[in-house]
Amino acid sequence: MTLLDVKNLAVNFPTADGVVKAVRGVSFSVDAGRTLGIVGESGSGKTVLTQTLLGLTPGGDVSGQALFDGTDLLALTDDEMRKVRGAQISVIFQDPLTSLHPLYKVGWQIEEMIRVHDRSVSRKEATDRAVDLLEKVGIPQAKQRVNDYPHQFSGGMRQRAMIAMALSLSPKLIIADEPTTALDATVQAQILDLLLRLQQESNTALIMITHDLGVVADIADNVMVMYAGRAAETASKHDIFYQPHHPYTKGLLESIPGSSAGAERLKPISGQPPSLIRLPPGCAFHPRCTYVMDRCLTEEPKLVAVGSAGAHRSACFLPVSAIGLGGDTEELRKKAVSEHRRAAAAEVAEKIAAAPESEGSVIV
Amino acid sequence: MSETLPRDAAAGTIRDPDFEDDVLVRVDNLVKHFPVKAGGLISRTVGQVQAVDGVSLQIGRGQTVGLVGETGCGKSTLARCIAGLIPVTSGKVTFEGQDITNLSRRAMRPYRREIQMIFQDPYGSLNPRRRVGAIIGDPFTIHRTATGAERKKAVQELMERVGLNPEHYNRFPAEFSGGQRQRIGVARALALRPKLIICDEPVSALDVSIQAQVLNLLADLQADFGLSYLFIAHDLSVVQHVSSAVVVMYLGRVAEQGQKDQVYTSPRHPYSAALLSAAPAADPEAAAARHRIILTGDVPSPINPPSGCRFHPRCPKAQELCSQQDPALENKAGDPPTHLTACHFPVQADEDLARVGRREPR
Repeated sequence: MTLLDVKNLAVNFPTADGVVKAVRGVSFSVDAGRTLGIVGESGSGKTVLTQTLLGLTPGGDVSGQALFDGTDLLALTDDEMRKVRGAQISVIFQDPLTSLHPLYKVGWQIEEMIRVHDRSVSRKEATDRAVDLLEKVGIPQAKQRVNDYPHQFSGGMRQRAMIAMALSLSPKLIIADEPTTALDATVQAQILDLLLRLQQESNTALIMITHDLGVVADIADNVMVMYAGRAAETASKHDIFYQPHHPYTKGLLESIPGSSAGAERLKPISGQPPSLIRLPPGCAFHPRCTYVMDRCLTEEPKLVAVGSAGAHRSACFLPVSAIGLGGDTEELRKKAVSEHRRAAAAEVAEKIAAAPESEGSVIV
Repeated sequence: MSETLPRDAAAGTIRDPDFEDDVLVRVDNLVKHFPVKAGGLISRTVGQVQAVDGVSLQIGRGQTVGLVGETGCGKSTLARCIAGLIPVTSGKVTFEGQDITNLSRRAMRPYRREIQMIFQDPYGSLNPRRRVGAIIGDPFTIHRTATGAERKKAVQELMERVGLNPEHYNRFPAEFSGGQRQRIGVARALALRPKLIICDEPVSALDVSIQAQVLNLLADLQADFGLSYLFIAHDLSVVQHVSSAVVVMYLGRVAEQGQKDQVYTSPRHPYSAALLSAAPAADPEAAAARHRIILTGDVPSPINPPSGCRFHPRCPKAQELCSQQDPALENKAGDPPTHLTACHFPVQADEDLARVGRREPR
């Protein structure tokens, strides 16, 4: 069952330097009880995308549609949105220290969340529920710890408290924005384990925003790869990791140390992400793409079905059968490139090849 | 806790056969405690943060030693002690056979040229009000090795070497991206042709595609200049990629150390095993197939570390002995001589720690 269906969402921020096109027409859907991983580098629009769903991007020009259980989130008034936020959709942010108020007890902050949404709950009941929640997320001696201040919690415990708060009203959808980025590896494993367990218990849908492909490999069902405010590729987890179509997805996978088994040198993506104010014409990825063709310079590719399975979609002009990381696919890509690369594109390709790892020539 | 037992210094070193006679830096039984003060006007010491507590290691010429561990395990403190940025409580740091422990500022000066650092935060480690040329040129001015036009030329050569456009000499750090700023940090560290560069989480703040660019640059520079790196990171796949030897720290102590493959393929300390199993792998099938060891609890406070083995309250294999006796860092039966583990009950080859019962945190 589709819980959230986002269609053609775009967010622009007018600034003194020009319009920042943070999100440029993104469509996706999330089913109840499933996990969507949104992957992308800093500035790819992944956070703006989800905050817009909750009305947390004041000053932004928003267009498109986001149907949540039948209601369009983007059309809600502030008052209506306040009833959805926290109760139906809750968020877990990256930095648990700055997301908790330092001067209020952890328990109080969870109680507040419960009481704001339902005035009929007494103080006492709310406290009991806060204790239960803290126990559920694995805080030892929850009865005493409910009276602690955030600074008395460790990083992992703070993130557990944030999860407890997010769960407090049994939302249908949880948006986790880089929830484990600030944590150590062993604590990250604890938190991911906890999120998965709680999700299975309550059939909650989860949107996991991360730049870490390892986290996605662990817990996502479907994945959307974002680049410069658009979806570059959407597919099942398996297809993203083993049958990638978009050169950006392929580049991300190849730049992880250990992925190019035994190879001494890493294969980075050359250059750097574009400015969202002055986007390159055509495909936003073309100035970094080793497969750049003529069309890429002038025409923006649409998200189209690739491979054999219908759910795999990619925004790239390479042949739809060019999926995967193997040598056969590489042949296919090279053939397409050799047929469709003339003067202008050849020049771009030369520039990329000449400075594969230097960022120096790129003007910020 | 009682006084730290002096450990056998020789037992705590990485003895790499290739570098036996060619050791650049040697750290023996290094201890760094920070006093914890309390009281108003008259402050008194009420405790010690045992940040680094008896660490020994060696870095060979042209070698990269990876230092892994969680927040607060003493990685960065150890790095600062080696670079001579903070005085050590006890122990010895030897650089090319010279004892450089707690030297005066003046006596330390020649060694500062040899040991440089690259920091984690490319935003916080560059002065936003100074031009890039001045930032990279500072080492030349401070050590009076080049001035004027000569300095500018040297700086521009460095910028070119690390992949920056030399024409950007007069720009401010704010005009560069994160990856470019980290290149500025690398150029600054490289200016005086040091022998050792301590990289303290150099790529943690960078996106994965940019991270690969910087890692490749560091590898190229090592090949060209014969640099040694002490590479601190919490990302295990990055450490695996760059290091030849690995040291795993837990709460101020070395838990395990050895050649990279020894530690990565057959970890003997339960903490290393848990750390390796917890590292996210960008491969869904591998992620589904592995047995992840979920440790309970958090890292304890280094002010009041647990008795005996410091890892015992979180260890799935802990027994009575572990809470009483501190295990020595030693070579375990069946391991190659360079592989050292500080554990009473090291992990066996066919053992699945994920199946050992979970313990409640204390």
